[in-house]
Amino acid sequence: MTDLLLAGQASEIDTGDTAWMLVATALVLLMTIGLGLFYAGLVRAKNTLNTFMMCIAALAVATITWALVGYSWAFSPGNDIIGGFDYALLNGVGFEPNPDGLGATIPHLVFFAFQATFCIITTALVSGAVVERMRFGPFLIFAALWSLLVYSVLAHWGFGGGWLVDGGTLDFAGGIAVEMASGFSALAAALVVGARKDYGRQALLPHNAIYVLVGAGLLWFGWFGFNGGSGFNTGQNSVLAFTNTLLTPACSLMTWIVLDLIRGRKATAIGAATAIIVGCVLITPAGGFIAPGWAMALGVAGALPCYAVILWRPRTRVDETLDVLAAHGIAGLTGILFIGFFAQKSWNGIADGAAYGNFDQLVDQVLAAIATPAYAFVATFVLLKVIGALMPLRATVEEEAIGMDVTQHGEEAYLTGEGAILVSTEATRESRTPVAQPR
Amino acid sequence: MKLVIGIVRPEKANDVLEALYRADVRGVSMSRVQGHGGELERVETYRGTTVKMGLSEKVRFEIAVSDDFVEPAVGALQSGAQTGEVGDGKIFVVPLEQAVRIRTGETDKGAVTPVEGQ
Repeated sequence: MTDLLLAGQASEIDTGDTAWMLVATALVLLMTIGLGLFYAGLVRAKNTLNTFMMCIAALAVATITWALVGYSWAFSPGNDIIGGFDYALLNGVGFEPNPDGLGATIPHLVFFAFQATFCIITTALVSGAVVERMRFGPFLIFAALWSLLVYSVLAHWGFGGGWLVDGGTLDFAGGIAVEMASGFSALAAALVVGARKDYGRQALLPHNAIYVLVGAGLLWFGWFGFNGGSGFNTGQNSVLAFTNTLLTPACSLMTWIVLDLIRGRKATAIGAATAIIVGCVLITPAGGFIAPGWAMALGVAGALPCYAVILWRPRTRVDETLDVLAAHGIAGLTGILFIGFFAQKSWNGIADGAAYGNFDQLVDQVLAAIATPAYAFVATFVLLKVIGALMPLRATVEEEAIGMDVTQHGEEAYLTGEGAILVSTEATRESRTPVAQPR
Repeated sequence: MKLVIGIVRPEKANDVLEALYRADVRGVSMSRVQGHGGELERVETYRGTTVKMGLSEKVRFEIAVSDDFVEPAVGALQSGAQTGEVGDGKIFVVPLEQAVRIRTGETDKGAVTPVEGQ
């Protein structure tokens, strides 16, 4: 029966792998909605919709840029730095597997869609640095250019045949292109756009901790597709990454609760939500390469630097508002370095880390941990400076005070409807009935 | 004794609190209210339905003060809440018949004067 089914298709396509990758793609897409909820809960009520809309916008912008040329720059053969134009506009991306060997058992189209969801969420992640003050129009332009000039380039370096992956750097699901790229770009974006007007003067607090918790939960759920799908099959590395995605965040969460209890005598909910994200990020690069025991150790050890940066950052003048640097940049960097020490050939079938005698692996990982942050920071800094020279990046002080929902979108998240006067609907336009006015 | 009522923009509420604090006016209540002065209505659109938001969100401060503190309280409300645009709000000062501090039973000036050292 299986043979008959396979005979009708390209011989290498595996139906089980393809089915899993279709599901994994949808799981990763849901993460962007989860991220929107997570971010929206962390800002003030008057900026809820604007914050969520930055993530929603990434669904449109990054998908389109990815289809136009982003995928090609990331995954088509090119040079060490960037791919070519072979797959631009999905040219040659069809039902046969990718000829370069990535996703050898699934249709190229599925591989494209799976990778597109990564570009989307990474673009959405960067918005966390500039929420509550950046104008929506310039953000759209920034998102489009960033997804091409930063994400696609780093995806080529880390996954698509660029100099890091060619040189032997191990990155299972995106410590380079997703986590370090978004984290260090966020730092640059926060520096260029500048702090919110009330930053450091008033307490700027999360307005809905429930959104934050539900968003973190959805992210963790989707992350099983993100990490579990990054082997592009249902093989051993994929299964290892899937289970490690359960183990590491659980250990980070426990560590965070204990750190909270030691520091403040109270375990905070928003801290717990943050810990889930940190744990998922930590295991992202390492998922398919380290043993489950080491994944648990990574969850504990990796939480420490992130916790420290989250405590330290608000005391600085840098309003990197939703701590993308700490939760993604630092955690991604920690995960990348961890592989250099504790990768195990007996588990991953590829390479050992320094702790198992292969010191070269650590060198390769350190190289990625230096080059990626440097490129992401500089490229984002220059890109935003250029956009900023052409148009104002920020809302005015008055608009920022009123709130971005009303000023950018003409809507409010928490509307009572009291006192709203109907101006026009299709019904009133036809009947020409005068609209009741209260004065 | 007077009751000073200030109706201000929500985004200026923190500035008002800061100004009141600097003017040594303590003992403040604030509540969210909806109201309408002379300001332009905001137009919002929800799925093809366009509405004018006739009522705006405002924050209402109520401050009971002894006579010496009326001017500082009014000054703080004005300096904290002013933007110069229509819709900055109003301040009302009304006479206050009686005040009682529930905890001690103190009345009037004693009741509206903050306890020192707390």
